[in-house]
Amino acid sequence: MADQIIVAPDLPSADPAKKPVIRLENVFKTYDLGEVQVQALRGVSLEISEGEFVAVMGPSGSGKSTIMNILGCLDRPTKGRYFLDGVDVSGMSKTELARIRNRKLGFVFQQFNLLARTSALENVELPTVYAGISPEERTKRAMEALTRVGLAQRAGHHPAQLSGGQQQRVAIARGLVNRPSILLADEPTGNLDSRTSVEIMDILQTLNNEQGITIILVTHEPDIAQYARRNLLFRDGKLKRDILVQDRLVAQEVLKTLPTVEQQAAEDAEEENQRQAKSDATA
Amino acid sequence: MDFMNTFRLALRALSRNKMRSALTMLGIIIGVGAVIAVVSIGQGAQYIVQQGIQAMGTNAVFISAGSNRAGGVRQGYGGVKTLTIDDLNAILKEIPLIKEASPALSSRQQIVYGNQNWNTQITGITPNYFEIRTWPVQAGSAFSDEEVDIAANVCVLGTTVEKILFAAENPIGKTIRIGNLPFRVDGVLESKGQNVTGQDQDDVIFAPYTTVQRKISGITWLQFIAASAVSQEASVAAVAPITSLLRERHRIRNGDDDDFLIRTQADIADLQNQTQSTMTYLLGGIASVSLLVGGIGIMNIMLVSVTERTREIGVRMAVGATEDDVRRQFLVEAVTLSMMGGFIGIILGLVGSALISNLLSWPTLISGKAIIAAVIFSAAVGIFFGYYPAHKAAQLDPIEALRYE
Repeated sequence: MADQIIVAPDLPSADPAKKPVIRLENVFKTYDLGEVQVQALRGVSLEISEGEFVAVMGPSGSGKSTIMNILGCLDRPTKGRYFLDGVDVSGMSKTELARIRNRKLGFVFQQFNLLARTSALENVELPTVYAGISPEERTKRAMEALTRVGLAQRAGHHPAQLSGGQQQRVAIARGLVNRPSILLADEPTGNLDSRTSVEIMDILQTLNNEQGITIILVTHEPDIAQYARRNLLFRDGKLKRDILVQDRLVAQEVLKTLPTVEQQAAEDAEEENQRQAKSDATA
Repeated sequence: MDFMNTFRLALRALSRNKMRSALTMLGIIIGVGAVIAVVSIGQGAQYIVQQGIQAMGTNAVFISAGSNRAGGVRQGYGGVKTLTIDDLNAILKEIPLIKEASPALSSRQQIVYGNQNWNTQITGITPNYFEIRTWPVQAGSAFSDEEVDIAANVCVLGTTVEKILFAAENPIGKTIRIGNLPFRVDGVLESKGQNVTGQDQDDVIFAPYTTVQRKISGITWLQFIAASAVSQEASVAAVAPITSLLRERHRIRNGDDDDFLIRTQADIADLQNQTQSTMTYLLGGIASVSLLVGGIGIMNIMLVSVTERTREIGVRMAVGATEDDVRRQFLVEAVTLSMMGGFIGIILGLVGSALISNLLSWPTLISGKAIIAAVIFSAAVGIFFGYYPAHKAAQLDPIEALRYE
């Protein structure tokens, strides 16, 4: 990983030419666990502009999940302010936050979190249902979103009939369907093998490059963070480093170097044969 | 999220666990079904009773001679000799609410025709008695007022008596013996069947009251007066003036008991209504117990369902479902469950009462009110018992819910 500190920690860093979509001002988050108080975030300030691809990194307990929850409007800061698209959302009610999540944010989770026994299309439609969009428009948008992740032909399949990578692509389509300002991905590759992980990163990079969608990715894997343009490193509830990624990985290129599923299968079979031969030899 | 969507979602969620949903509904199904069936049987029975009471004449007012007291010993109804034909005439004259009245007194006698004999009740009346009791003569005719005046030996038979004495023979104009006296049969009444208490109302003979008074019983007073008011309301309104008139005529001092008893059709209807409302409360009680049990079943299953679907709730919240959306979703699910149970219960209840009425030949009457009440109650049960689980779901923290294993 090429670490080059270009901005001092705890200071907003962004391309001034672009409009900031996220702005945190001295954000604190304290969890009251009865006897002890846990300070998950201790004064975080940062800015993320439109079209950025940011990876949030840090060891467990660093506050990266908390920052994700706050950025995703699932939680509210104890202190400090959070502007999303120029609107202060830090003091909003639960219902208002639900509306914000619905319209401005798209989520992708490690566990995919698709509704079981529900078709891919209906899963993708879910956010549009809560946005009060007409059924025809819903289906149209959901099909568009599925097409963007290359799964239009699997629209009728249930999650159980899809591979892990396909499920995650459906989840990405669901995140995109309401045309949000930001796509938040929480360990999106955590449950996937290496090749599928790169495929998912390819989709995210394509969405970012070609459609200018702002992407915030939480990961603890440094090589996954290398697909982003900017890395935010958290430690002990503080933003420790804000780095522009050097030698950014391009998923398209990486994919070429990786064996395809068939090649992998052939390789595995080969290994198995050799092991078999060895054990036969020793016997 | 609009209602149809929520409803479709509820149906789908319930159909995922068909067995569980069916078992949950069972409490409501049994409760509602039992109530519908029992109410229709009850209503059927009531209908029969009502018919019986109607048969007595809807505007009728009955004044029975009461009990008198001889040194503290009460002698029971009919014991007094104070109710007379003069009382009847006074009532007709002074109380315009009363349209018609017939004197009446009865005596049990042995009757004979040819080689047949029978013991029955002979009641002395005037011919308007048949109108007051809405009891038409089916063959021949009633005796006339003139025959009453001269205490003629004429009579009208109830169908039971007619069958026993005459079998297939035509009785009109024949002479029968009542006690030791010959009577000419003028007519035969229509059959009235059993009364409310199961007594055969057709086992009776009617004759002029003068004849019964003078020639059979040998008394000068009456046992009761059957009167008819101008309307059903008038029959109730007439009670007070008749009471004061008779007290005055019988010189009863203030504070002393009446020596007569007045009953109206409305009193009997009241008694019947009382029975009806007792029945309704009883059924209502059974229904609410079973609906309560069914409701608790629904609450239980909804709580399980909320726990099982914690992650789903988390996902829905993350993509923009508000607390209201989640609450509505689970509430609609609970109400769908209870109302489906209610509808199935209604159908089962209807089928059940049809079966009972066919197999046991009990009369049943489907009650629209009971069906409407069942629908309303099952919806109410769903809302009441579904609210807590739905509220619990809505209060979930999306972060916790998403992390739930």
